[in-house]
Amino acid sequence: MTAEFAVELRDVVKKFITPEGNSLNAVDHVTMQIKNGEFFSMLGSSGCGKTTSLRMIAGFEWPTEGEVYIEGKAMGHLPPFQRKVNTVFQSYALFQHLTVFQNIAFGLEMEGADKSEIEKRVKHVLEMVQLTGMERRKPKQLSGGQQQRVAVARALVKVPDVLLLDEPLGALDLKLRKEMQLELKALQQQLGITFVYVTHDQEEAMTMSDRIAVMSKGKVQQMGHPVEIYERPANKFVADFIGESNFLDGKIKSLSKEEAVVFIPAWNTEITGLPVSPGLVNGEEVTVSIRPEKVLISDQTLNQNSFKGKVTNTVYIGTDTHVYTDVMGKRVKVLEQNRISRLDPGSFYTIGQDVNLVMMFENVLVLKKE
Amino acid sequence: MNPHRRHPFIFSSAILVYIFLYAPIIVLILFSFNASRANITFEGFIPTFSERTVMEGSVVKASPCGPFHWFCELAKDDDVIEAAGNTLTIAFISTLISTIIGTMAALALQRYEFKLKPFSQLSLYIPIVIPEIVMGIGILTLFSQLFGVINNGLGLSGDSRLSMGISTVIVSHIAFSVPFVTLVVQARLQGFDKSYEEAAMDLGANEWTTFRRVTFPMILPGVLSGGLLAFTLSLDDFVITFFTNGPGSTTLPIYVYGLLRRIITPQVNALSTVWILTIFSAVLLLQWVQSREAKH
Ligand SMILES: Nc1ncnc2c1ncn2[C@@H]1O[C@H](COP(=O)(O)OP(=O)(O)OP(=O)(O)O)[C@@H](O)[C@H]1O
Ligand SMILES: [Mg+2]
Repeated sequence: MTAEFAVELRDVVKKFITPEGNSLNAVDHVTMQIKNGEFFSMLGSSGCGKTTSLRMIAGFEWPTEGEVYIEGKAMGHLPPFQRKVNTVFQSYALFQHLTVFQNIAFGLEMEGADKSEIEKRVKHVLEMVQLTGMERRKPKQLSGGQQQRVAVARALVKVPDVLLLDEPLGALDLKLRKEMQLELKALQQQLGITFVYVTHDQEEAMTMSDRIAVMSKGKVQQMGHPVEIYERPANKFVADFIGESNFLDGKIKSLSKEEAVVFIPAWNTEITGLPVSPGLVNGEEVTVSIRPEKVLISDQTLNQNSFKGKVTNTVYIGTDTHVYTDVMGKRVKVLEQNRISRLDPGSFYTIGQDVNLVMMFENVLVLKKE
Repeated sequence: MNPHRRHPFIFSSAILVYIFLYAPIIVLILFSFNASRANITFEGFIPTFSERTVMEGSVVKASPCGPFHWFCELAKDDDVIEAAGNTLTIAFISTLISTIIGTMAALALQRYEFKLKPFSQLSLYIPIVIPEIVMGIGILTLFSQLFGVINNGLGLSGDSRLSMGISTVIVSHIAFSVPFVTLVVQARLQGFDKSYEEAAMDLGANEWTTFRRVTFPMILPGVLSGGLLAFTLSLDDFVITFFTNGPGSTTLPIYVYGLLRRIITPQVNALSTVWILTIFSAVLLLQWVQSREAKH
């Protein structure tokens, strides 16, 4: 019987002594429950403790406090070679002195599989990652993308309960990276293996994951489905880190079950009809967050929250145009999709032009102030 | 203008360096074919083969081995054979042991943090920079004091008394080779990422299997270079061997030095030629092994 969770971190802390002699909580009271068959990503900027968390699951590091469970079993100080998880390293760590075949066969030899079994399984996994015919090459004779596939094949051939991947696509160019993202995701769905994926690229995490844990400074800021994280960020950090946002300081004026009314001092006005998130208190100082693509530039003042602004700058980037506006001294960025081909630059907004900005209330978020 | 054009100055200085390096060796080899036993001037090659050696004054006119007369003489010389045997025995044993110790030291210095680490690293350089003669005297003093205490303490007498010999030479050669091996292997380890070892363990290999199947094969070129360095250092060491050898443990350098005090016949040159060719082939072999390694 499989346990409820493939991997569980319970209140895990990892302390390091930095070279300067300070104590640092690289991972700070992290609790995560990763379900069987899930594609789970840890997302965060450099140094937030993603790799350290992954290494504790793999067994390369031991938690200072708390416990790691794999398939319901406490791992304690179990060495990596006794855990049914496998890792795809950021640097791939392919054995340079061995061929592709030998690299992939390595893990099976350690299990004591016999020769014909090894041949069969290596062949199968090579087909899976589309590397048939490369068996006898050395890693140096492969392209970056091919090496990456070998690294995945070497881990997958062991049929682990959980596959850990530490920024496995970091070294690839953008186009190949996007291709590999879809391939890895398809592979994961086909095999039904739990993937724990580390990345600092939010688009990558969004593309592939069933659930994302957004991390910062060793702590989990929010865990959830990509839509949930983007549309309902738990705090300002998440709203800022995932996608872009316009932030305004505000104060809750009134709070009911259905709506919140927030006073914006900078604009000396109230925004009404905002969605209510749990934990907000009447009168509280808050941060209001508005995604640039959710602001409309419109001729009409719709029956919504509508503000007058001046265009200060426009940036054309092909798919979209970024329109920077000034609304009573506050910069508000608006993102407009270029749905219609226009070659005449004159038809874009001109600098200094007066525009009407409409913010539909369900799109404006009220976040706890930090 | 061609930027790759050889500058005449660089070209001629390169030629000069080659001449300084290789002219003595070429002369040395040439003289091992010298017909003159006095070996002061080159009297030409020995022209003919004959049943027995024919001398005319100090010049050899004919020999059973023809031009290779002195090499045959060398092969008949029991002292040389014994010295060569000693030299190789000492070199092989000290290389093997110092390579193992040096490699382990390099690995330990790379992966463990300990209090005296900076000191250990520094202490590697001391035997290298210290004058060899000082090392030699030091080792001699150490051994003689130590043996004195043991011999007296245990009341040993006659043949069972500990004395200088082949084993003291081996121990001292190990002592001066270890730092060289350690430094060479350390250089190789500089680029060695610990994720290779982690990958092996991740795939189910325990510590020992990881070392055997991954770490060792990957650092092998460094270990081989270190070993070769230890081997050549041991082969031509004179000073330290001079202080630590005893009866029956004469090595080739010591033997040649002994000959020099008497008379230098072309036999000494013949010996040197064999020696140079041996070392030269060893280096070529290693180069070949390493270039084959690099290709893959
Ligand atoms: N062995 C170690 N000794 C001391 N500090 C460490 C050690 N390993 C990691 N750290 C520190 O712990 C923190 C988290 O590191 P970690 O490698 O987990 O970050 P990360 O989220 O993977 O970052 P990146 O995206 O740059 O890979 C960093 O501040 C790092 O300097
Ligand atoms: Mg990392």
